This record gives sequence, C-alpha cells and structure tokens, in this order.
Amino acid sequence: MAANMTSADTRGSRLRWLVIAIPLAWMLIFFLIPFFNVLKISFSTRARAMPPYKPVLTMVDGLAGLFDKLQQFTAANYLMLVADSKYWLSYVSSVQIALCSTVLILLVAYPIAYGMARAPRQWRTTLVMLVILPFWTSFLIRVYAWMGILSDEGLLNQLLMHFGLIDQPLRILTTNWAVYIGIVYSYLPFMILPLYATLEKLDETLLEAAEDLGCPPMKAFWKITFPLSLPGVVAGCFLVFIPITGEFVIPDLLGGSGTLMIGKTLWYEFFNNRNWPLASAVAVVLLLILVVPIVIFQNQQQKQAEKAR
Amino acid sequence: MAGMAIGPIRRSFAPWNDPSAKAFIEFRNVTRSFGDFTAVDNLSLKIYEREFFALLGPSGCGKTTLMRMLAGFDAPTSGEVLLDGQNLAGIPPYKRPTNMMFQSYALFPHMTVWDNIAFGLKQDGMPKADIAKRVEEMLHLVKLETFAKRKPHQLSGGQRQRVALARSLAKKPKVLLLDEPLGALDKKLREETQFELIDLQQRLGMTFLIVTHDQEEAMTVADRIAVMNHGKIVQVATPAEIYEQPNSRYVADFIGEINVLEGRVSASPSGGARLECVAAGATVETRQQVDAKPGDQAWFAIRPEKVRISRDAPADPSVNAVPGEVWDIGYLGDVSIYHVRLASGATMKATITNTTRLVERPISWEDKVWMTWSVDGGIVLTK
Repeated sequence: MAANMTSADTRGSRLRWLVIAIPLAWMLIFFLIPFFNVLKISFSTRARAMPPYKPVLTMVDGLAGLFDKLQQFTAANYLMLVADSKYWLSYVSSVQIALCSTVLILLVAYPIAYGMARAPRQWRTTLVMLVILPFWTSFLIRVYAWMGILSDEGLLNQLLMHFGLIDQPLRILTTNWAVYIGIVYSYLPFMILPLYATLEKLDETLLEAAEDLGCPPMKAFWKITFPLSLPGVVAGCFLVFIPITGEFVIPDLLGGSGTLMIGKTLWYEFFNNRNWPLASAVAVVLLLILVVPIVIFQNQQQKQAEKAR
Repeated sequence: MAGMAIGPIRRSFAPWNDPSAKAFIEFRNVTRSFGDFTAVDNLSLKIYEREFFALLGPSGCGKTTLMRMLAGFDAPTSGEVLLDGQNLAGIPPYKRPTNMMFQSYALFPHMTVWDNIAFGLKQDGMPKADIAKRVEEMLHLVKLETFAKRKPHQLSGGQRQRVALARSLAKKPKVLLLDEPLGALDKKLREETQFELIDLQQRLGMTFLIVTHDQEEAMTVADRIAVMNHGKIVQVATPAEIYEQPNSRYVADFIGEINVLEGRVSASPSGGARLECVAAGATVETRQQVDAKPGDQAWFAIRPEKVRISRDAPADPSVNAVPGEVWDIGYLGDVSIYHVRLASGATMKATITNTTRLVERPISWEDKVWMTWSVDGGIVLTK
C-alpha cells in the first residue's frame, strides 16, 4: 500500500514537472534565447555584411576565438542613445503618449464597463461579445480604416462639412490627434474587460448599505464602487500602457513625421538604416523601461490574489 | 450583558392592546406587485414604539419586500407606509430614519471595522470627535474594541455579524431593520445572539423589526409576530398566542410541530365544541367556543407535548382518546417523539420528556397504546 502511494506520488510529481516544463520551455525558446541574441547584437558594431554587424559568434572559433571576439564588444550603441537627443526624446514622447492615452482610455472605458455590469443579466454576454467583436478583424485593417475616416477627404471631414460645421477639412490624419484616436480605439477592449470583470463582481447590497446609512447614490459611487473597482483599473491601465509604449503601427500609419515614438524609431533603425546593433540597443532599453511597470503590475496582481484567498 | 431585569418590562409591555396607543410604523393597505406577481397584497399592519416585531413566513411570502419598503429600497404599488406619523412616500433610503442590518452583512470590504461603523455618522456630517466617541461606544457595545483596525475579511462570521449590528445601530435609527440577521451563524452562536439582541433592544429602547423564516428565532426575540403567507398577514399575535391559539391550520402548522385531525362539528352537551373525527376514530371535546354549525367541517389541532401516551386504556375512551400502535420513536435526548399509527393509517405524534436517564423505554416499538389529552389540550380550527 505504502509502495503504491509512493509510485503514485512520483507519477504525480513527474506530471507536475511536465506541466511546469512546458511554459518554461516556451519562455526559453521564444523569449530568453531571442532576448540574449538581441542583447548580444546591441553590443556589436555595424558592418557592411550579412548579417550586418560584427563580431559574429560561430561554433568554429573555439574558446580562444570566442574570447577574442568578446573583446570586440562595445557599449558605443548605448552611449549613442544618450548622446543623440532623438532617441531619448522618443522614449520620453512614447511614455508621455502612453500615459495620456491610458488616462483617455480609462475615461472612455469606465462608463462603458459600468453600464455593461449594470445591464440586465441576459444582455451581459452579448455586450462582452460586442466588445471583443473588433478582434475578429485584423488590427492592421482596422487602423487602415481609420486612415479612411480621418483623412482630409475622409468620412469625418465629409460629415462635418456636410452639416456645415466647418468650411475647410480638418487636418487630423498625420497629427498626434489621429494617433490618440487610433490608440484609444484599439486598446479600449483591454481596459473594458478587466474593469467589467471587477464591476460585475461588485455586490450591489454594498451600495444599498451605503444608501441606507445616508450616502446618496452619486457619493456612494466614489466611496464604494470606485475604490472596489481599483484592481480592475490598475489591471486595465497596465494592460494598455505597456503595449502602447512600444506601439509602432498606429503612429506609423496615422501619425506624421512629427510623431515621435520609440517603436517607430526602432523600426527605422532596423529596416531603413539597417543599423541592427543600434536598433537592438534601443530595444533592450525599451524593455528595461517597461520592466518597471510590469514588475509593479505583477506585485499588484499577487497582492490581489492573496487578498482574495 | 446581564445585570438588568428585563422580565417586568417585557411582561407589562403590550401597547397593541391599548386602543389609544399610536402606531409607530404603519402599513396602510399596502400592495406591491412585480408584473403578474403580487409580493404584498393589500396589507395593513401597525407596529408600536419600542416593540420587537418579527415578520415570519416562508421564502417568497413578501416579508422581505415589506421590510424593503420601510427602508426605501422598494415602493408600494398602492397604499401608504408611515413612520412616526410621517408618510415615507418619495423619501429616498439615504434620508430615512431607519437603518438596516443586511442578511449578507454588506460590510464594506475596503474599510476597517472602525470605518465601517463610522460610515453612516460621516454622512451626517457629525464632528470628528463625536464620531470617534460614538464608534468607540458601538465597539464596546458589541465587544469588538480590539478589532477596530481589522478589515472585514480578517474577522469570523460572528464578529462580522457584530460589526454589521454596530454599524446599523451607530446612527441611532428610529427603527432598526434586521433582515435574517443570524442566518449565517451556527446554531449555538445564533441562540446566544438572539438573547443578546433582546437585551440590546431593551437597553437602547429602540424599535426593532426582524424578518426571518426561522420560527424559533421569531418566538425567542419578538414581542409580537406576524405570520405571513402569499403577501398577506395570516395572524399577528404574541409568540405564546401564535403557538397556543393559532387562528388557522397554516399558522398552527408553520409554528412548531402539531397533530391535525379533520372532523365535523356536532352538538356538544357541555356547551364547548364537539368534533367527530371519523377518519382518526376519535371524538374531541374542548371548552372552546367555536363559530360553526353542527355538520361544518373543522380541524382539531394539538401539539405533541400535550398528548399523553399510555399502554393502559383511559377511564373514558369515548372522548379525547385514540388508540394506536407505536410506529417509530425519535430519541432527541431531552425528549422522545413517539410516532403512533392510528387504525385509519394516519400518524399522530406525542412527545415525552425524558425525566430520568433512559435505561429501558416504558413504551417501545409496536406497543399498543392510547393517546389522550385534556379538554384544554388542543384547539378547534375552522380554516
């Protein structure tokens, strides 16, 4: 009997290891190895060759060769990021745009999520479906659609002119306005869903209790509903802030030459300038910048999970 | 919480018998419909100041709706709700002088015990020092002084219940509404808390309205009980009256255990009521005056503890006696419940108090027995 249990135990622990091993392997193959590759390139020098950097580490070098090549690594790319204001301005501008858009998205998403959570129960699934519906169309196509709407001869300008609200078409496309519109539109579901999840769980008798104790409904919203929805607010904000900071497609398609975002700069260095080492350095620094909010987010989530227990 | 004799106060308290007494809470012809469903049906009820009043009934009988109309979370479809002479129509919950203790307690999970209790006081714009004083007072009242800084999730069920009670009492409402307040507690704690509630109500001199489906709870705490069914009040009376003089089979059956024998009224030589219960094979006589003609259908209801059970035939087996065979015995420790099968196939219950330690049962399974009762033992019901 004891022996049986032991063998069942080892089988159980083996199975557990397998379950953990799959995501670990995934992280290793698709995140860690590529990351170290990029990190390596970021310390290399640009070269007119294929691949367009040196030194190139190969197996045939042997240990001595490897040591030789390691000495060719340089921090020049990182120094460049500090020296040339274009780069750090891109970072600052990206974070700024991401912050502003996060606030805008929160302001738009909160009433929507609140309305959904307070809607009759039988409608809620449909409403969630409607929020997710845009994902069924390619992201790129949806951004292109915004080009059609926002351009000088686009739908929006035609409508405004038709109703006589403006004489001259408004220049929206290729400005930061278009970038904000595109970002708010694209990332809205990522804010709505976590907000909805927390608001939907909110026990409505808490609001009744607040009202019973003399708190009018509007005040009860700020005293009860909003504080209790904070986990959703935090989750939503991080879920949109992190990808917006590195966003490339929206500023590239909707923004103009004046829109400075790090994703765009990164793309330019890689594909137009073919300066892989510098582009890699840009990418590594971007990752480091984003690690801070990601770690805060993780801590927050963990705290929430512990509280829920 | 001992120290004050509440017996004399409770014994003499009966404003409902005083025709000049003014109702503190009054429901006047109140109806509340939800579509086709009538939750409260043309109901009128008067509750007096300092009364501990219980609304008792099965789920869906309208008792919670009635309470929510007083709190302001629901409004009558027609009729009026008055509190202390004031018509409550159109007054939102946050302006009503009532406070409610919710079944789920509804404690604010993001606030400490202290902040939960202070919440209502802050809404009134009470000065900070006064709030602190009152919160301390409330914490002392429910014996949670050392838990002020805890959050609700760090408390036990019983402690949460106390916080909810303290929070709803903090504003000194004119009426405290208790919605199944002890439903989530285990039996022992529930019984303890029931007596604490009575004590609290007496000391604070407040009017309490409790909604419950637990008849024992209602009987324990309340001065008067309203037994409800299908949106109507079936009977309003003191616990003793409800138990001993139910006005219908519904009330008799809802409160406690009872035997009901169906029969027909016949002329009684003694001037009381005489009932021929043909199916059970018994003739019943009581001293009660019954508003029925000979031949009318009626029911005789008698509590199991008022039925005597014996192996010997009574002196006069023709009246208030029925023979049968012991079918089953429920041993509960303090009492034993005998299920006796009658010749008709129906079952009657009789309770025997186990006054000595059980060694051998005086009456056992399959024994032929006689069940008898006194002329004051049961009650004849006409509906």
